[in-house]
Amino acid sequence: MNKIIIDVMAKIENVTFARGALATFLIDFDLTISSMNEIKTIVSEAITNAIVHGYQNNKEKFVHLEYILENDLLTIIVKDEGVGIEDVNKAREPLFTTKLEEERAGLGFTIMEMFADEIDVISKIGVGTTVICRKKLSRNE
Amino acid sequence: MTLEVEMFIKRNILYIRFNGELDQNNVEKIRKKVIDLIVKYNIRYLVFNFKNLNFMDSSGIGFIIGRYNYLKKINGSIILCSMNEQIKRIVMLSGLQKICTIKKDEDDVNAYLGVA
Repeated sequence: MNKIIIDVMAKIENVTFARGALATFLIDFDLTISSMNEIKTIVSEAITNAIVHGYQNNKEKFVHLEYILENDLLTIIVKDEGVGIEDVNKAREPLFTTKLEEERAGLGFTIMEMFADEIDVISKIGVGTTVICRKKLSRNE
Repeated sequence: MTLEVEMFIKRNILYIRFNGELDQNNVEKIRKKVIDLIVKYNIRYLVFNFKNLNFMDSSGIGFIIGRYNYLKKINGSIILCSMNEQIKRIVMLSGLQKICTIKKDEDDVNAYLGVA
């Protein structure tokens, strides 16, 4: 078992860092390209959501990340202490977005759901949002 | 910088070649420039060449949809080419193939648009 915990400032450039940190975390795993892309996308979507929606681009705040590897099972936890989501089920619907004018596609959760095996979203207005994704990783043959 | 873009114009076509990763961070860096070029040079066709793009998330999709919404008002369109498997997957998953033309590579795009 291995685990890393990182708090990153809610700056959009840290999304790139978080993807890179995940790739480095799994460097010895011999992950397939497609698995690697899927988990990088999951992290990217979750952190972008935390920054753009959770913190409404307030860069002073922090996004809390945990990457946990147990055998072949990766758990990704992305937590913000932002505004929270009023209706989680609605937010998870494809194309739902509260920021159409900012060119948000409304596909973040949809893509995360397609690429992860399991997703839990815990959110409370005024308290924040935690996204927990689990995925069984595939090694190269 | 995790994204380099090369842009050039032929007739009323803006070509954008991506090299790197297209996420929210990089979208914010290029959006204004692309919009300005489209308006300034009366661009009708936007060609996204993804040959050297190795990552794109829904922020990239949102950026493409934004340009589509503008171009469709002036009867223009968007052409995507040279997608690797990962990019193709996210494009298909988001339904972009329904609103964009997809071509194999830039030569194919030029043949389609009648550009020498």
